[in-house]
Amino acid sequence: MPRRTIPDRAAEFLREWSVPRQMAGQDHRREAAEAAMARSGRPRTEKADSVGTSICPYCAVGCAQLIYAKDRRPIAVEGDPASPINQGTLCPKGAATMGLMTSPMRLDRVLHRAPHATEWREVSLDWAMDRIAHLTKQTRDESFVGDAPDGTRLNHTMAIGSLGGATLDNEENYLIKKLFTGGLGMVFVENQARV
Amino acid sequence: MPQWDLARSDVVLVMGSNMAENHPIAFRFAMQAKLRGATLIHVDPRFTRTSAMCDIYAPIRAGTDIAFLGGIIHYLLENDLWFREWAIPYTNIATIIEDGFAGPEGDGTFSGWNKEETRYSTETWQYKGLTVPSPLAEAWMETGGDFAERVSHMRDGPPPRDETLQHPNCVYQIMRRHFARYTPEMVERITGCPRDLFIKVCEAMARNSGRERTGAICYAVGWNHHTVGAQIIRAGAILMGLLGNVGRPGAGMLALRGHTSIQGSTDIATLYDMLPGYLPQPHALRPHGTLEEYLKVETAPTGWWAEFPKYAVSLLRAYYGGEASEANGWGYDWLARIVGDHSMLPISLAMDNGVIRGLFVMGQNPAVGGSNSKLVQRGLAKLDWLVVRDIAETDTATFWRDGHLIRDGEMRPEEIGTEVFLMPGALSGEKAGSFTNTHRLVQWHDKVVDAPGDSTSELWFVDELGRRIRKLYAGSTRPEDKAILNLRWNYPRDEEDEPDAEAVLCEINGYRCADGKLLSDFKDLKEDGSTACGTWIYLGVFPEPGKNLARSRKADGPEGPGTHLGWGFAWPANRRTLNNRASADPDGRPWSERKKLITWDEEKSEWSGPDVPDFPKDKRPDFEPDWSKKPKGMEAHSGSDPFIMIADGRAALFSPSGMKDGPLPEHYESVETPATNPLHPGMSSSPAAKRWDQHDNRLAPPADPRYPHMLTTFRLTEHHSGGTPTRIVTTTAELQPEMFCEIPVELAGRIGIRMGDWVVLSTERGEIETRAMVTSRLRPFRLPDGRECHQLALPWHFGWSGFATGDVANVLTAVVGDANTGMHENKSLACALRPGRLSRVQRPRREAT
Repeated sequence: MPRRTIPDRAAEFLREWSVPRQMAGQDHRREAAEAAMARSGRPRTEKADSVGTSICPYCAVGCAQLIYAKDRRPIAVEGDPASPINQGTLCPKGAATMGLMTSPMRLDRVLHRAPHATEWREVSLDWAMDRIAHLTKQTRDESFVGDAPDGTRLNHTMAIGSLGGATLDNEENYLIKKLFTGGLGMVFVENQARV
Repeated sequence: MPQWDLARSDVVLVMGSNMAENHPIAFRFAMQAKLRGATLIHVDPRFTRTSAMCDIYAPIRAGTDIAFLGGIIHYLLENDLWFREWAIPYTNIATIIEDGFAGPEGDGTFSGWNKEETRYSTETWQYKGLTVPSPLAEAWMETGGDFAERVSHMRDGPPPRDETLQHPNCVYQIMRRHFARYTPEMVERITGCPRDLFIKVCEAMARNSGRERTGAICYAVGWNHHTVGAQIIRAGAILMGLLGNVGRPGAGMLALRGHTSIQGSTDIATLYDMLPGYLPQPHALRPHGTLEEYLKVETAPTGWWAEFPKYAVSLLRAYYGGEASEANGWGYDWLARIVGDHSMLPISLAMDNGVIRGLFVMGQNPAVGGSNSKLVQRGLAKLDWLVVRDIAETDTATFWRDGHLIRDGEMRPEEIGTEVFLMPGALSGEKAGSFTNTHRLVQWHDKVVDAPGDSTSELWFVDELGRRIRKLYAGSTRPEDKAILNLRWNYPRDEEDEPDAEAVLCEINGYRCADGKLLSDFKDLKEDGSTACGTWIYLGVFPEPGKNLARSRKADGPEGPGTHLGWGFAWPANRRTLNNRASADPDGRPWSERKKLITWDEEKSEWSGPDVPDFPKDKRPDFEPDWSKKPKGMEAHSGSDPFIMIADGRAALFSPSGMKDGPLPEHYESVETPATNPLHPGMSSSPAAKRWDQHDNRLAPPADPRYPHMLTTFRLTEHHSGGTPTRIVTTTAELQPEMFCEIPVELAGRIGIRMGDWVVLSTERGEIETRAMVTSRLRPFRLPDGRECHQLALPWHFGWSGFATGDVANVLTAVVGDANTGMHENKSLACALRPGRLSRVQRPRREAT
């Protein structure tokens, strides 16, 4: 873009300034309130190739959101105007959802810290899953109690715990409880309901 | 109550919550009510934006909520301002209690206190001549003799009542005696709230009650986070019961909560003591040995919980599929038995004491959110392995590198033997699934975009872990491995290898075992093993293939009824307002045209209205149980008993069962407090509160001069709970970039602290340093003995990870809990304050990258 001269800029200012336009008869609440940028600007959501319904990941008010995406990456997150809860609005946290999804601090690799190590190392998802499955089985097998000495059924392990659930989906909570308590016999299973 | 229904309230009491800042979108409905003429009231230790928007702001000292609410109850009873026509038939106010009942007026304990075992026995709290099962997830309680036989007498006839309210041991007279001490003078003395302001609140609550008017309470963890938290909420419920503010338009108690699916994760419980749908986890020390025994003691004889066996057997069928059979008790024997309290606080202690050796942490940040954070971090350092799954590097995941053990020079990373995995998780929008919001609304979110890199949903992680562990156990014949091998674990995956979340929701919804046909009504569940259902209260969310009602997005138009039955799915059975039978009078007519919701339609012989009735649809209002037939379940409730989940169908102003610390709320100070309790100086805090006094969790005695200030914690608009999802976001981190402590102007002046100075706060558990925010939002209070007391307030979101950082408020808090829920007490404790910094802090050795 060529460098704009001072006269150019002065002319543009006079052309865009609302007061002379109002004096020329434009309505101060309509045409005279419009800036050049507003005429040329387009909503960023227009570039989306898909849009899906979502629910705000922060608090339990349950505001509905619309996620606009292009090439399966988010380009905008807006409040859903159809929702009887938020009617298109979002609070400062909810409005930061796009920033959350695209935060430069988002993790995208599996990290492993060996005992006594001073740093992370990157590992493959498959290796981590195998290692975690192995550790879970080992700790469970070393600690599982079928019956108490007096014969009372216990059928549990006290050596493995799980924290979390209130930020997760219902379906995820269902599987956590089913696998951990229904399958592995873990009793220390809790979420943020008591935090 | 649905949040949008607040707009129809005539008075909204916000207490224990900073609703305008922490739930701004829900607060819009309170503001809409205000525009229509409603009175808004804020009762809180801090003046906040909520206070600024309300008609009345009443300041109270942290932890004195029961004294305040008890004072309102006293005011209503003594001035006869309660809604008599509603409360006499719909609550237990006329019910007669056992002769042996005695209140805490003397030594500070109710009758039944066992000093040696530090717990109550509830025999003297019962309805006269009866044993009443609690409607909570655990019905069984210790009583002499056979529990099931004792509670079966609920089927013999209605509980003894005196509707003239003259009987000296009817609930009304007991409440009058109990709350007689909660005079406006005593309220002022305990809470520090000026008497005239307190009376204004009482008048506003009373004025907006009756046939034509309703009121609501909005509360948050400012009520829960106390050793008397459950009793504060009970006090609010009693108030609503007296005023007829339950089940009606614009009426009720709205719990405002900080996590998106905290309701869902309680319904489909990732909690130690409950199976999905509020069914008790079998307990080794209770008569739960076999399925038969479990069903015998946990099935209520009267009310809706009589259906319990259908829900329990259907859950077992969902868990163990074809391996569950009548012969093996539907697999009941494979379920884990609990032996005590395995909740959040005991988890911290069990790590510290070396009992827990491996820990999964999924979307939670206990290094910041856990009470007594240094104890939590010491526990993490003792684990063999730790799996953290989150969207970023959390404080919990890096405790071994940047935590307090390192900062305070207690340990070096090389000395910490914990093997740590940090795995990237996925957010809503990057995976499909449902959340349940705070008013029980189940709402689906689509997968719209891909999560970055190796990120996976928890659905994939748990499904995959289950598959791999089952492979490791394949072929085992050991009895203890039966449960894992017999688990029904065959969730279909899509082309991207993601488990089908809708298939899981279908299992939660329930299906017929023979052909897999989805069920649409929980009345279709069977006890004979022919149905499977993961969470009975969610039945109906997926009534037929392709019909996921959580995904339904049809809101009412401006002229519609405003119950929005087509938007999402509200459990149970899409009912939006619970107990809505109470919106009609005993004869089934509306209390008024203005407050009409559900009414009896004589022509069609059914209940009708713009909501789904929370009552048997065709049960006549004049139905009376035929006691000669020993009626069971709902047959034992009359047509005017609106509370179907409660054994006698009536709201429990006086709670005979279920509460572990008293049938009525009583003011106790927090466990740590600068004050003494004028009601019973010898019993300052709740005798039944859970205390775990060990060397790294010491508690200061009441009125300890070393800790003269009251400390409370709070949340900021721009940050979320443990902080991970906002401290890593540039906008929210820029808006609230660091930790601070709110300090009253008067105190700051006295000890020479200016705005922005460094200060150190300390308790018996530890010390933190932060910046001073000198403010008049907090004001000095007079303690009951006349001394002046200052309150300090800390936001607790901060830690060392992310862009917005600061010291961890929970270093100061204690592992001490509510007798009922095991909830910690981080909203009121005692602390010391001094200007300056911590000398021993090792300054960060590395910049965040």
